[in-house]
Amino acid sequence: MDQVGVLSERKRAILSSVVLLTVFLGIWQLSVKTPTPGVKAEGLPGPVAVASRAWEMVSDPFYDNGPNDKGIGIQLGYSVRRLSIGYSAAALVAICLGVMLGLSPGLYRALNPYIQVLKPISPLAWMPLFLYTIKDSSQSAIMVIFMSSLWPILANTAFGVAGIKRDYLNVSALLQLSWFKRLWKVILPAAAPAIVAGLRISVGSAWVAIVAAEMLIGGTGIGYFVWNEWNNLQLTSVIFAILLTGFVGLVLDFGFASLAKTLTYKE
Amino acid sequence: MAFLEVEYVSKYFSEPNGQQLCVFKDVRLHIQKSEFVTMVGHSGCGKSTLLNIIAGLETSSKGAIILDGKEIDTPGLDRMVVFQNFSLLPWMSVYENIRLAVKAAFSEWQSHKINDYVQRYINMVGLAGSEHKKPAALSGGMRQRVGLARAFAVQPKVLLLDEPFAQIDALTRGAIQDELMRMWAATQNTVFMVTHDVEEAIVLSDKIALMTSGPSAKLAEIVEVKFPRPRLREEILDLAEFGRIKKHIIQFLKNCAHEQPANDTTADDVVGARRVAAEA
Repeated sequence: MDQVGVLSERKRAILSSVVLLTVFLGIWQLSVKTPTPGVKAEGLPGPVAVASRAWEMVSDPFYDNGPNDKGIGIQLGYSVRRLSIGYSAAALVAICLGVMLGLSPGLYRALNPYIQVLKPISPLAWMPLFLYTIKDSSQSAIMVIFMSSLWPILANTAFGVAGIKRDYLNVSALLQLSWFKRLWKVILPAAAPAIVAGLRISVGSAWVAIVAAEMLIGGTGIGYFVWNEWNNLQLTSVIFAILLTGFVGLVLDFGFASLAKTLTYKE
Repeated sequence: MAFLEVEYVSKYFSEPNGQQLCVFKDVRLHIQKSEFVTMVGHSGCGKSTLLNIIAGLETSSKGAIILDGKEIDTPGLDRMVVFQNFSLLPWMSVYENIRLAVKAAFSEWQSHKINDYVQRYINMVGLAGSEHKKPAALSGGMRQRVGLARAFAVQPKVLLLDEPFAQIDALTRGAIQDELMRMWAATQNTVFMVTHDVEEAIVLSDKIALMTSGPSAKLAEIVEVKFPRPRLREEILDLAEFGRIKKHIIQFLKNCAHEQPANDTTADDVVGARRVAAEA
């Protein structure tokens, strides 16, 4: 295929996406009853209503009128902050532990049954225990993020480190590298593709979990915002907030995809 | 006392059914300082395992390795290996790969001294201009030049070459062998190489150690190659003596292949091989 053919194929895909979106929005708009003034609206709001509400929210994202009325930017900020704290802590613990497990098959085998049992537990299931022990709802939400990110990173790191080619370890043995250099120059770069794959999977699941956790704990965050707007029967806000979480998830995934690209090596 | 002494080294592997499989038995080999010794044998005779034992990457089941008067059983910077599959770190550039080794060997050197030294070895193997390429961007021949530069740059007491030319295309192989000979002549390193390329062994070596086939392989014979140095490969290949040695070794390897595995007829085979040599 020549360059022109490839480009036109990509253009065709973009064009198809745009057409699909237009058709979808058109059908959505047509199927929505036009609200008559004075009568309470029924059914879902249409895309035009959602867009105008979205514009309202985005144009003033940081206002704060008390606990039940905060700008979308502030709510998103709370969620992102919880995510970054819980996620970074999980990444730190999981990578350290994963390297240890990957380097010692005995320990790996000993701990693997427990990891396998803990891994499939929904991170939200821990919530009551955290609320009981930590006694702080926001920190409990952070712990939920921690639990949701821990296992994928741990499993991937251990798998990646255990699978490092013997040759690379032989080189570090021949060169008598100190354990720190061995870790920094050989083990981590060698396992980096697997570790970043784990980071990428878990940032997605962490973002999914934070919305649910915030619905439970209430107070602040995008999840709470969705729930609060539902209680206010503001479906336009709910729909826009849902789309917004999807967009943030996309941005996070894109970030880790680019990180993966820089850390992947060809043999 | 030889510089590198392999004293009655044996290697057993445990099979899944609990039996001990003997790879090779009581290998005794002495290598003098600055000598180039090559071990030739069929696949499975354990020659690469022996090389790894000398490198300290594997342990022997019996026997000892003595280097410069000291027994060794762990890896060390006094021995560097050039691997068949190059074993370069793929996330590092050519320069970084060599620099990692140089920094490990000469940790007391200052940064600019290390950089100059690394560059000198890169130039020596003709890779100037490719310093910042990753190994994946290089041909097999170029990768092994990096492998050679890395090994020589460390200035080890012993250089261990594990079929270093096996994965390099035939056209490049000769050039890299010449490269190795030049570097070896300049540094006067002690070299232990394993290969199953007989011609390569004769061109490069002072002595060739012949292993019988495994399991329970033994060191059967040591052939001395007394061509003067520096050697020119084209001239050596034409010598009658070259043909004679080559025929002798190939005959030996052929006899080994007919041998029943795991019995004790090795001694007879050695005699057989020697007789062929005498006739040739």
